[in-house]
Amino acid sequence: MRPHERVKAAIEQSEGPAVVGFLTAGHPHPDRFLRDLAAIAEAADAVEIGVPFSDPMADGVTVQRSSRVAIEHGVSLRWIFAELERRDFELAAPVLLMSYLNPLLAFGYERLAARAAETGVCGFIVPDLPFEESGPLKAALDAAGLALVQLVTPATPRERLRRLAAESSGFLYAVTRTGTTGAGLSVPAELAEYLAAVKAASPLPVCAGFGVRERAHVELIGRHVDGVIVGSALVEVLESGADPAAFLRGLKGRSATV
Amino acid sequence: MNENEALLDALIEGRLPDDAGRFGPFGGRYVPETLMAAVTRLDEGVRTLLRSAELQARLEAELRDWVGRPTPITPAPALGARWGAEVWLKREDLAHTGAHKINNAIGQALLAQALGARRIVAETGAGQHGVASAAACARVGLPCTVYMGEVDVARQAPNVDRMRRLGAEVVPVTSGDRTLRAAIDEAIRDWVSDPAGTYYLIGSAIGPHPYPYLVRELQAVIGREARAQMIERAALPEAVFACVGGGSNAIGLFHAFLGDRDVRLVGVEAGGRGSGLGDHSATLSAGRPGVLHGNYSMLLYDDDGLIHETHSVSAGLDYPGVGPEHALLKLVGRVDYVTASDDEALAALDECCEAEGILPALESAHALAGARRWAQAHPGARLLVGLSGRGDKDMPILAQYPVRKERSDAAA
Ligand SMILES: Cc1ncc(COP(=O)(O)O)c(C=O)c1O
Repeated sequence: MRPHERVKAAIEQSEGPAVVGFLTAGHPHPDRFLRDLAAIAEAADAVEIGVPFSDPMADGVTVQRSSRVAIEHGVSLRWIFAELERRDFELAAPVLLMSYLNPLLAFGYERLAARAAETGVCGFIVPDLPFEESGPLKAALDAAGLALVQLVTPATPRERLRRLAAESSGFLYAVTRTGTTGAGLSVPAELAEYLAAVKAASPLPVCAGFGVRERAHVELIGRHVDGVIVGSALVEVLESGADPAAFLRGLKGRSATV
Repeated sequence: MNENEALLDALIEGRLPDDAGRFGPFGGRYVPETLMAAVTRLDEGVRTLLRSAELQARLEAELRDWVGRPTPITPAPALGARWGAEVWLKREDLAHTGAHKINNAIGQALLAQALGARRIVAETGAGQHGVASAAACARVGLPCTVYMGEVDVARQAPNVDRMRRLGAEVVPVTSGDRTLRAAIDEAIRDWVSDPAGTYYLIGSAIGPHPYPYLVRELQAVIGREARAQMIERAALPEAVFACVGGGSNAIGLFHAFLGDRDVRLVGVEAGGRGSGLGDHSATLSAGRPGVLHGNYSMLLYDDDGLIHETHSVSAGLDYPGVGPEHALLKLVGRVDYVTASDDEALAALDECCEAEGILPALESAHALAGARRWAQAHPGARLLVGLSGRGDKDMPILAQYPVRKERSDAAA
């Protein structure tokens, strides 16, 4: 299976809604990165590793903070690839990198695709790269079979939604609300209608993120699309020193009350 | 004709930016999907509303009656005598609120209103754009929130009070480098949260398309006036100087002269206190192509792609990026980009005060320093220097640099 197909399969094969866990590499401490990654990969269906950036303009306070801490510890894209390379365990779930564009540009797209393939990274999510500007990166990633996940939002017009859904690979990322990461979910009725429209437009599995914090959210979203992405809430769990796997299993497990 | 010549011709003939918002390789729209709808709507607004006779008439009236345009060009004979040149100053410091920023602020405020915006967000470094935005929003009757880095809040205190008195809410930004760049990050985050109701009034010729184009169109009045005034009073200058932070006053002054191939255009960046990364903000002189704040342009960043902190004694030049049109003008060789250090700018500021009785902004003092150096290498030349703003706002910084007659003598 090519890397982007592994991402798709992992989300499709989840029992109940898939859970994609996000952590910022090297936060809260670089020493913990591989251990946290292993634990999250064990409990989640896919993992998003955040590449820290100096100007994370699409992120709310939690992810911003984690990014700053990681940069202070010297974490970079090169460091992340080196860590992934030295790991001595199999990752139980496919891994994607979430990065702003400039670190990827600085690294060089050909080298990026090669290093990702070598270290087992299956794809990329780039929040400041809209589809219109994505040609050069997409070409490099496509050649290596890597996913470039497209994002859609409630403000995305229907025609554009269909286009982005058709161009995505791995899965389609449905941002639940306008705004930065970390804020709350939008009104359930509007959310349901929006997610249903995204699901109907997408040939790929759809995962929804921004504001997912608890099991009720997973259940609500899971009725309409294939999975959820948990970012800021998981970053806070890691920050508090609690067990990320237990938190993720709690999100995935069936609850008695709906 | 080589590729660069063709690009320059396209720019002069008004064919750039192209439909994708590109100035040759630079520009574009690198924004989160959440903002795509807002950016597209703005693009339509720029193409239809901004060019409409109604908005143009309102803008013209505001520029004349409220901003105080045209601003004069002032001969500077004493500076000329010192430099061995014929020196003219384009006086944006005499525009309402004290800097060129007002041309852009009132234009965008009128556009925002025509687009149905409920509130305005802006960012500011030196505070000049914040003051201009606060004033323009008061004039058109829209609420205004201004993000300003904590460092700049401290070093440009008089402008913070002015903004508040003009009715704006000033939000100090404590994240990132706590200067202009962090303030832009924060203004974009605010805009992302309500892209339909909020208008982002950007302060320079930067950001995603159509902002670099929009800001240039609104600032081009500076060069149009200056070119006509120079022809009327003397003749075309041999060289034109402007300071470059984000590049709005420079692009505004240069644009009308692009087709005058004999006129040398010189952009002066902040050379700060040295040539190491972090000691200056000379983006075009020392940067590489990259993506920040929605466009692909020249940038200061490290090997990991992280945007670098910058330094300049002038808050308005303290920014690691630059407008994409400047990146193209450098690529095609139409504009020379040079640097002036903090010390050279401070000396030029003192000299302008002493010789002409004009206290320029520290930003503008960089343009003077660049012109002075050029004059020494080109005796007798006729020069036009863009005085982008007045220096009252810089008094707290200048307090750290007591008046020293020796400084201007030493630089001579
Ligand atoms: C007086 C003055 N001049 C110049 C600048 C630099 O900006 P730009 O290069 O965008 O004109 C500023 C920015 O705050 C300013 O206040």
